[in-house]
Order: sequence, then structure tokens, then C-alpha cells
Amino acid sequence: MDLPILLIQTLNSVQYGLLLFLIASGLTLIFGIMGVINLAHGSFYMLGAYAAFVLSALTGNLFWAIALGVPLAVAFGYLLEWAFFSFLYKRDHLQQVLLTYGLILVFEELRSLAVGDDVHGVTVPATLAGSVELGSTMTYPVFNLFISGVCLVVAVLLFVLLRRTRLGMMIRAGASNREMVRSLGIDIGFLFRVVFALGVALAAFAGMVNAPASSVYPGMGNQVLIICFVVVVIGGIGSVTGALVAALMIGFVDTFGKVFLPDYAGVLVYLLMAVVLVWRPEGLFREGRA
Amino acid sequence: MTRTRRTLVTVALLALLALPLAAGKFYVDLVAKIMIMAVFAMSLDLLVGVTGLVSLGHAAFFGLASYVLVLAAPDQYTAVSLWTSLPLAVAACALAALVIGALALRTRGVYFIMVTLAFSQMVYFVFHDTKVAGGSDGTYIYVKPSASVGGWSPFDLNTGTHFYYAMLALLVLVFAFLRMLLASRFGHALRGIRSNEQRMRALGFNTYFYKLAAFTIAGAVAGVAGYFAAVQFGFVNPEMLAWHQSANVLLMVILGGMGNLVGAIVGAFAFVLLQDFFSSLTKHWLLPMGSFVILAVMLLPGGLTRAGETWRFWRFGGRDG
Repeated sequence: MDLPILLIQTLNSVQYGLLLFLIASGLTLIFGIMGVINLAHGSFYMLGAYAAFVLSALTGNLFWAIALGVPLAVAFGYLLEWAFFSFLYKRDHLQQVLLTYGLILVFEELRSLAVGDDVHGVTVPATLAGSVELGSTMTYPVFNLFISGVCLVVAVLLFVLLRRTRLGMMIRAGASNREMVRSLGIDIGFLFRVVFALGVALAAFAGMVNAPASSVYPGMGNQVLIICFVVVVIGGIGSVTGALVAALMIGFVDTFGKVFLPDYAGVLVYLLMAVVLVWRPEGLFREGRA
Repeated sequence: MTRTRRTLVTVALLALLALPLAAGKFYVDLVAKIMIMAVFAMSLDLLVGVTGLVSLGHAAFFGLASYVLVLAAPDQYTAVSLWTSLPLAVAACALAALVIGALALRTRGVYFIMVTLAFSQMVYFVFHDTKVAGGSDGTYIYVKPSASVGGWSPFDLNTGTHFYYAMLALLVLVFAFLRMLLASRFGHALRGIRSNEQRMRALGFNTYFYKLAAFTIAGAVAGVAGYFAAVQFGFVNPEMLAWHQSANVLLMVILGGMGNLVGAIVGAFAFVLLQDFFSSLTKHWLLPMGSFVILAVMLLPGGLTRAGETWRFWRFGGRDG
């Protein structure tokens, strides 16, 4: 393997890893803070991608679609928490699994009713349509660099939010001890709603940004959901740092797996999880150290 | 079992016995399929309802067994013997369940849910990405296994009614086997783990091995169901072990009511019939199905077999405690 190919695969790994991180961080926070296992989280990614498809067709530009889509996703998350998820906190995990599974079916079918079951492409904005040259023969699309860059910025912002702000302090406290936060007089209901809306927005954002690269298709949310579960299991439930490390690990294993062992690439990620489970059953970063 | 329950079970069994006399081929095949799913659901009930282990990857064993049936035959046109291929499929599932269980049971609670889901997805990719048995397209099984022993054949799986009665016998056998298991010391230990694992450990039970044994038995029984599902459909593809299957069978268990095996059977009937009903109404049947799932879990947390108790709770729970 020569250098340009290695570089391209590394860029792909980072891009995939960061994308997974955006989705999985919401999943791990929602579990860590609210104790809810949310199978419908992949649907938010799917809804984001379809929102990008519909909105960029309406506005004529992906940037406008994202600018409109993110506030919509936040509002959607906020409403959904109020209307549905707030009923799940007192239920056991088994019921949460089934209720959110029912939600997946509903979302998937609503999507089918609204936009149909075809695969759609989303146009790359003209300003980002070119490619950069790597070495003498290889090129790399600018848009893929843009995805990595944007995801990186969002990831940094998320860490700043969690580590440097009062809200972030409450979220981290909530992840390590929910009852204590409640008894200290913090409005836990509001905190739940904010975290949930944040998680939905991150997943939907990932879907929007990646839509031109992946195109939009039925079932895209479920595929990503299970990989995100693996990320959360490897990283440790409730740990955003763990989610970042695990997402990048999976990005590399999956991308390079597809290069070296194309027939077994799908399995490698799960083998990685098995190895981590033997070594550390609670994930690499235990507890709620966000 | 109360007297009403015993009457209900007897009536249901008689109805199942009489069905092929009255119903057409479509319903005989449908009910045979439901009975296969009921066996599958009972195997999961052993984990979820009895031991308290919520597995979201149970379809892995269901699908694995159907692939063993394909791989046991030299080609698609040669009938294998039921009496060698079935034990082979069940043994493969038990072994897979032993390995996956040994890893997954290192975790608990919500980790366990995610890990079982992830491992079943891994099995899915083994059959989806590699060229084994047609890869992602799956493969046909043109000839059903033969049940003949030394030239004499007690029943013929190609005949709809024979297959139906074979599945009814299987349902009764598996039910009896699991009931015996639950009545044994082993079964009581599993129930003990569900209600308080800490205490069971303090009493000197090696709960890890009990759970692993339950996981392995459940995987093997799911394999029996998967084997016959492949025999009936005559077709195998990776979707048989996709996670939707795992979620659906979990729904059957919850829908019927956990922990008593009868609930799993009731749930399998209710689920498949509903699925059939909704999909006959509209192409977009997932919408009513999903809504139904949400409502059923919200309103009937104890499942159909405990609907009476739930009703009394809503009706009187507030007042007489």
C-alpha cells in the first residue's frame, strides 16, 4: 500500500469515526443521564438525512437545508421527549426497547409515506464540489474533507459545552449521579429535555452533513444504530470521551478492514467489541466521566 | 394452573388438532408457521421471562440453524436426513450460544441488550458478506429433509398436514420440556436469579454458569425453530437472523406475557395474526403495527395472558391497594 492510498483511507477512517461519534455521543448521553435505551436513535440520523434531501431541494442549497434542519431537529427532539420519552423513565429496559422499536417502525413508515422508498442523492454544494490532488494520480473530494472538518468542529464544541459551561456541568453530574442532581434542586425534567434535544440534533446533523456522501435510503438509520451501540459498549455507557475513542477505533477498523479483508469487514467491528468485552466488560471508559 | 386456564388450554389444543380438517391450505400453513414462531418465542421466554436476561439477538440462533440445514446438504436438490441434520443444527446453535453467551454474560442490564444485539449482527454479517450459501441473496432449499428411518418414513414433511402435525407435536414437546425444566431445581435457580441474583450468589449458586446454561439451552431451542422455519419456507437468507427478527420475537414474548411459556405461545399467535391482518389492509402496515406495539406495551405491561390482572389494577388498584 503506497502513501496516497494510506492517506485516503486514513481520511476516510477519521470521517467515518467522527460521524459515528456525533450519533453515538447523543445515544450515550441519553442513556447515561436518563437511563433510557433508545433504539430509535438511528431514526434521527435517517430523519436528518431525509430532511437534508427535502430541504435542499426546496432551498436549492445544502447549507440552507442544514441551517433550517438543525433548529427543526432541536424542536423535534424537545417535543418528542415531552410527548413520548418522558413516559419511559419509570419503565424497565425491556419495555423501553420495545417502545422505541415501535417508534422505529412508525418513523420508517412515515418516511415511506412522505418521500417513498427510493434511494435519493443529495447534491454537493457547488463551492465544495471539487477534489484535491494527492500524489500524482489520486484525488480526494473536498466535500469529504468538509464533512470531517465540520464534524470535528461540532465535536470540539460539544466538549466545550460539556466541560466549560454550567449546563455541561449539570449534564456531567446527571450522568454520574442522577438522584444527587435532582436533590440539589436542579430541574431534572428540563435537563432531560435539553439533553434529548441535543442528542437528536447531533444525530440529525450527522445525517444532514453526510447525506450527499452516503445518499439517502430506507433503513439507513438502523444500520448506523447498531454500530453506534457497539461504539457505546466499547466506550462505556455515559462516557462521551469513550464514545470518541471508540468511534475513531471503529472508523479505522472498518475502513481498513474493507481494504484488507473485504469479505470479513462487517464482522471485524464486532470482533473488536468482543475483545474489549473480554478485557473490560464495562467499556474502556467506565462511569459517567463525560 | 386454575380450572379456567386448564379448560382454555384443552380447548385450544383440540382446536389446533382439528384445524386441518376444517381449514384450507393457507391457514394450515399459517398456523404451522405460527407454531414454529411459538417455539422460538418460548426459547426466548426462558431467558427474558424466567431468568431476566433481555436478549435482543436471539434471531442469530434461529437463522444459524436454517443455514446449517442448507450447509448440511451436498447441494440444493438432495434431501438430507431429518435425523442427522436437525441434531447437527441444534448442536451448532448450542455451541454458538455457549460462545456468545460466555462473552455477553460478562455484562449485565442494558449492556447485555446491546451486546447480544451486536453479536447477532456479527453472525448476520458472516452470512451477508461472505459467499456462504448465496451471500446476501440467500439460497433456495428445493427438497425438504426426509424423515425416513431405514426405508420406513413415519411422516412426510412435503405434505402440508403432515408438516402441520409435526409442528404441533414439536410445540407440545418443547412446551413440556421447558415446563419440566422450570419445575426442576435448575428452573427454580433461574427464577431466583431473576428476582435477586446477589442473593443467589450469596446462597452459593454460581449464577454465571446457570445463566450460561439457560442461554445455551435457549439458543438450541431457537435453533430447532429456525431449522423448521427454513424447512417450511424452502428459502434461507440473512434476513432470518436480522435484528428485526430478534425484536419481533421479543415482542411476541411481551405481548403474550412473560415467564410462563403459555404467554409466549399466545404472543406468537397474536403477533403473526396481527402482522397478517395489517399487511392485508395496507402496504404501509408498519405504521399500524408500530402504533399497536407502542400502545400494547404502554397499556398491557403484563401481556395478554395477564390482561385480567392489568384491568383489575387500573380499575381498582388506586382504591383497595
